[in-house]
Amino acid sequence: MNVGEGQPLLSIPPAMTVRGVSFTYGVRQSPSVAPVLDCIQSVIPSGQIVGILGPNGSGKSTFLKLLAGLLKPRKGVISLFGDSLEQLSAREVAKRVAFVPQETLQVFPFTIAEMVLMGRSPHHGGWGGWHWEDREDREIATAAMQELDVQHLGNRFVTDVSGGERQRAVIARALAQQPQVLLLDEPTAFLDLHHQLDIAKILRRLNRERGLTVVLVSHDVNLVSQYCDTILLLHQGRIIQEGAPGAVIREEVLQEVYGCSVLVDRHPQSGLPRVSLPVCG
Amino acid sequence: MAGAIFLICLGFGSESIQASRILHVLGTAVWGQASLDSVGDPSEIIILQVRLPRLLLAFLVGGSLSLVGVVLQALLRNPLADPFVIGISSGAALGAALALLLGLGVAVGTISALPVCAFLGALGSLMLVYRLSATHMGFSVHTLLLAGVVVNAIFSALILFLTSVADPNKTFGMYAWLMGTLTGPDYVTVMILGGYLTLGLGVLIRQAQFLNLLTLGEETARSLGVEVERVKKVVFLMSALVTGGVVAFSGLIGFVGLIVPHAIRLWVSADHRLLMPLSGLAGGAFLMVADTVARTLLSPVELPVGVVTALVGGPVFLYLLMQRKVGNIS
Repeated sequence: MNVGEGQPLLSIPPAMTVRGVSFTYGVRQSPSVAPVLDCIQSVIPSGQIVGILGPNGSGKSTFLKLLAGLLKPRKGVISLFGDSLEQLSAREVAKRVAFVPQETLQVFPFTIAEMVLMGRSPHHGGWGGWHWEDREDREIATAAMQELDVQHLGNRFVTDVSGGERQRAVIARALAQQPQVLLLDEPTAFLDLHHQLDIAKILRRLNRERGLTVVLVSHDVNLVSQYCDTILLLHQGRIIQEGAPGAVIREEVLQEVYGCSVLVDRHPQSGLPRVSLPVCG
Repeated sequence: MAGAIFLICLGFGSESIQASRILHVLGTAVWGQASLDSVGDPSEIIILQVRLPRLLLAFLVGGSLSLVGVVLQALLRNPLADPFVIGISSGAALGAALALLLGLGVAVGTISALPVCAFLGALGSLMLVYRLSATHMGFSVHTLLLAGVVVNAIFSALILFLTSVADPNKTFGMYAWLMGTLTGPDYVTVMILGGYLTLGLGVLIRQAQFLNLLTLGEETARSLGVEVERVKKVVFLMSALVTGGVVAFSGLIGFVGLIVPHAIRLWVSADHRLLMPLSGLAGGAFLMVADTVARTLLSPVELPVGVVTALVGGPVFLYLLMQRKVGNIS
């Protein structure tokens, strides 16, 4: 095995490593169907914010679900701080990795507080899943709600709050899991500018203050460029570019991946790459 | 509260009996202080031999249907799911009807074969409806209900077909059973059913927290540590076991699993750790009342209790469906 080939040497062990991972949806494996992900090789450094970019259908969300252990790779190994994900039970993964889906299904009238408290579930075992949360669980959930500024909504029904509030509550639930790695699928997709900024700030703070490793999938190139330490650029199931925003967000790279020309200049405050769409016609 | 309803229902009937008399009879029966003056008292016979076992059966059946309703609603993420509405009960009924008409009930022993066939029928239709309505995006509410309606229609037709071609002696009482009836159980029946249901319901209630997480979607449940496939299997089997048992002994009683959990969710909590036990108790109480109404409304003529629950539950179902259309739920 070619250890360390093309990978940076890190003093801290990486949060997750992805070795030769391929994935195809469906049961039958036919050679004519192109895999959604094709022999992915990557490292999620510990304590960083990693952004996954790529056009529609490039396999971004699939990649995130593989990292969350929600899908099993057809080939290859994903490990979490050295432990192979496939060797861990769903509960053991859930104690260390939290996943925030793009949309949350809400059919029944749970309160926000009840929903956030569900994040404590993986930390309890025994008796077929039956348990009541204890004082410590409540304190952890309350702290997570304060962190996301939803504690005042505790008694409201999940079905009755706005999209932004619900998204913050779901992130609070993920924090209540006390994970080492936080995975988010399009965390800002349905949010207005104010709430987008809120979420970005919160993720940045959690990352800086607690050393939480964050991986997020997004369509918003500027958001990823501003707030991520490392960017993975996916195209047709492969990682095309991997590195700091300045190295990945370049006009010729985006042109190749997205198939259209865009303008890249510098953000006036941060100096990081900023992408604009060209004038039509 | 369920206890109070229990006593009131014992009192109602074509022969009205006072509460003090009921307590006396029950007390005597429980503590065994046989007094000579009560021997041959008609009220004692009515209470102990007729009404009490019937009420116990109503409680068991109502509680079970209501609990299975909760479980199916969580599994299918649809507050309109109910074992009767989505065709699980009619699958069980088809299984039971086959067992009765083929004489399996007699061949293997009256008690054992009937619920087993009902269980297999329930499991088959549950899996069929689940398959039909599951898509990669989750469940479609309308597909589920439509699938339930059609499965119901097909199974009912098959049952009627079987009844028509079978020996009339064997089909005696079948029509009443198809409408749902709690008539004339003995204590042995009640105890056997009770044991059977306790097993199934016990296992189901243990899954309460997993069901809480499953209502958020299978992916989220898994990301919160639930072994989704394993829990689904347990829930499938036990729901079919309970529905099969209930249908084998009391026929098709609809909508209990729809009305009761909805009310508890509205007034108490959606948390399955509370919702499940409370729905069980309230469902039991509800069916005791419904059966008392069925017995007394046109007394001495008895209505099948399924008629009463459908007349109450049907409109509630339509009301909930309308609310969905407005976009209140989901």
